[in-house]
Amino acid sequence: MTLSTAPAAAQDLSTDQLLEAYRRMAKIRKFEQRLHLENQTGDIPGFIHLYAGEEATAVGVCMNLKDTDYIGSTHRGHGHCIAKGCDIKGMMYEIFGKQDGLCHGKGGSMHIADLSVGMLGANGIVGGAPPLATGAALTAKYLGNHGVSVAFSGDGGSNQGTVFEAMNMAVVLNLPVVFVFENNGFGEASGADYSVGSKDVAGRAAGFGLPAVKVDGTDFFAVYEAAKDAVALGRSGGGPSVIEAKNYRWFGHFEGDANLYRTKEQIEEIKRDHDPLKIFRSKVEGLIDMAELDKIEQEAEQEVDESVAEARAAAEPTPDQLTVDVYKNY
Amino acid sequence: MAKKKTYIQALTEGLDIALGEDDKALIFGEDVGKNGGVFRTTVGLQDKYGEDRVFDTPLAESGIMGLAVGLAATGWRPIPEIQFGGFNFEPMDQICGQIARNHFRFGGKVKMPITIRTPFGGGTHTAEMHADNIENYFTSTPGLRVVTPSNPYDAKGLIIAAVESDDPVFFMENLKLYRSMKDEIPEEKYTVPLDKAKVVREGTDVTIVSYSWMLNESLRTAEKLAADGISAEVIDLISLSPIDTDTIFASVEKTHRVVIAQEAQKMAGVGATVASEIAENVILSLDAPIGRVAAPDSVYPFAQDELTWMPNGDDIEAKVREIVAF
Ligand SMILES: Cc1ncc(C[n+]2csc(CCOP(=O)(O)OP(=O)(O)O)c2C)c(N)n1
Repeated sequence: MTLSTAPAAAQDLSTDQLLEAYRRMAKIRKFEQRLHLENQTGDIPGFIHLYAGEEATAVGVCMNLKDTDYIGSTHRGHGHCIAKGCDIKGMMYEIFGKQDGLCHGKGGSMHIADLSVGMLGANGIVGGAPPLATGAALTAKYLGNHGVSVAFSGDGGSNQGTVFEAMNMAVVLNLPVVFVFENNGFGEASGADYSVGSKDVAGRAAGFGLPAVKVDGTDFFAVYEAAKDAVALGRSGGGPSVIEAKNYRWFGHFEGDANLYRTKEQIEEIKRDHDPLKIFRSKVEGLIDMAELDKIEQEAEQEVDESVAEARAAAEPTPDQLTVDVYKNY
Repeated sequence: MAKKKTYIQALTEGLDIALGEDDKALIFGEDVGKNGGVFRTTVGLQDKYGEDRVFDTPLAESGIMGLAVGLAATGWRPIPEIQFGGFNFEPMDQICGQIARNHFRFGGKVKMPITIRTPFGGGTHTAEMHADNIENYFTSTPGLRVVTPSNPYDAKGLIIAAVESDDPVFFMENLKLYRSMKDEIPEEKYTVPLDKAKVVREGTDVTIVSYSWMLNESLRTAEKLAADGISAEVIDLISLSPIDTDTIFASVEKTHRVVIAQEAQKMAGVGATVASEIAENVILSLDAPIGRVAAPDSVYPFAQDELTWMPNGDDIEAKVREIVAF
């Protein structure tokens, strides 16, 4: 089995699909840009890691998934959550640590989960998702419902032992998992060209017996097509696979990172030449009215505005919540 | 010559001295080399000692700690860093299953002179898995020394002693102390013993046993109580495993009352061990029940409420007053 390396043609997707893909990417972008500013007020508890610049990867993958499919995410999880259909308000409440957040304000940015849409959780532990996504894939296999499970990891995370164990396990048990490695070039300040010994994340898959493909993670259509094949493989009982998506993160590693390992010029160049939203627009020219995309962006911005206003005004968890849910009966 | 230094600066100086004294000492971990560590603790050391002695590893905690095991067994003195306390769950087997046991299991023939450096402790708005008090997982592991300094002076002397020790040392650095206080510390080399508690304030009415951030809260509380005529003796455990019970017993036999204060959850932790040692050995010296101050037995909380959850000086004060009035 080989996975597509050629991007999908925009014509192959329906207008509704194209608009939905752009809507999700725009929501992620607006969400993250706003959080970048909100974080500077000091009102967001805990660390946040922003996904801006990587939108096409999460959305390209998740446009192939249903609510009954699963994803496991990373510390940089907002984009995966939005792409998988988590409610933006529930997320914003959660990030502001409010009682009505998706996890009652207890998880925060790095631990957002929403089982109702198959989102198994962002994860404060790098390398956390692949093993548990593999477990969820076994559930799909037991149920025989042709479900699939996706594990997101970064280039840094790709070096973690848990990831290798999960990949082998998935092959041994022939599970419908897609391991997606988002190679944004850095794990904190460490370059992937240093920390990935072979300099080839996808290339490792062969050793485990998985098909793998490398795609441009800033091109929605490239990711979409590769994921379509990988998901179809899983759904049809063909087992696990690997996608390496090369992309860029726009902001620092976390909000507050001095970002010293890249120059201002490099970041400007990334924003100019590797903007997933711009690239999407260029590919749907003639098919979609740009004014519609503008409108989608405005709506996304408005939704984010509202979610911030509401989240700020919402109730904090009461102190008794500190000892609730430690055990089922506590 | 003494200069005012932060806890971080004291650690950097100590590590510098340790590397300078023993060319078998090696520092490695995630972003510790080129970047000088996410908290800047190893800053400048790669430039000074070279990439062979201070180096970056891939993101792989089990692998990092495995390197330490193999290096130590073959004659090196590794100083691996685990970037945040909660990331020590990844290399748990290497630490508790290999490093702590190898000297015993190989009949004393294999040394494990490893210093595992890791930050811990709440109140800096990081997040769960980053701020947890993780000492209890390690203090219940025989063969592993667990130490933590409560001030810059001890930080420097203790890190040097840890690296020099032929035992493996789990060296816990408090996040909140990193930059919040400065001490005059000597520039030259000195060591602080790895296995001795310190009486840091003498008193006659009650003993407060504590460590790390809460030790500082205990000292502030003792100062406050002194104004009300309550004389508290304060002991800094420094070594959380093994525990220097002699120093504690001597103090309890003098004051007849004791309060044990820790930031960690109450269950199965350092305070529980201290309390049971006192109960088992010097209970007849006590004029009041043993007092304990600790966090609730629940998961480390979300950042917005961590200060509500964490115990502090007020809790120590209330408990000391209760025990003294008993
Ligand atoms: C087990 C573990 N080790 C270290 C960290 C600290 N940490 C958080 S993110 C990160 C880098 C991750 O890099 P990568 O996987 O490439 O993802 P990116 O941040 O680039 O999205 C590190 C070292 C962690 N959270 N968990």
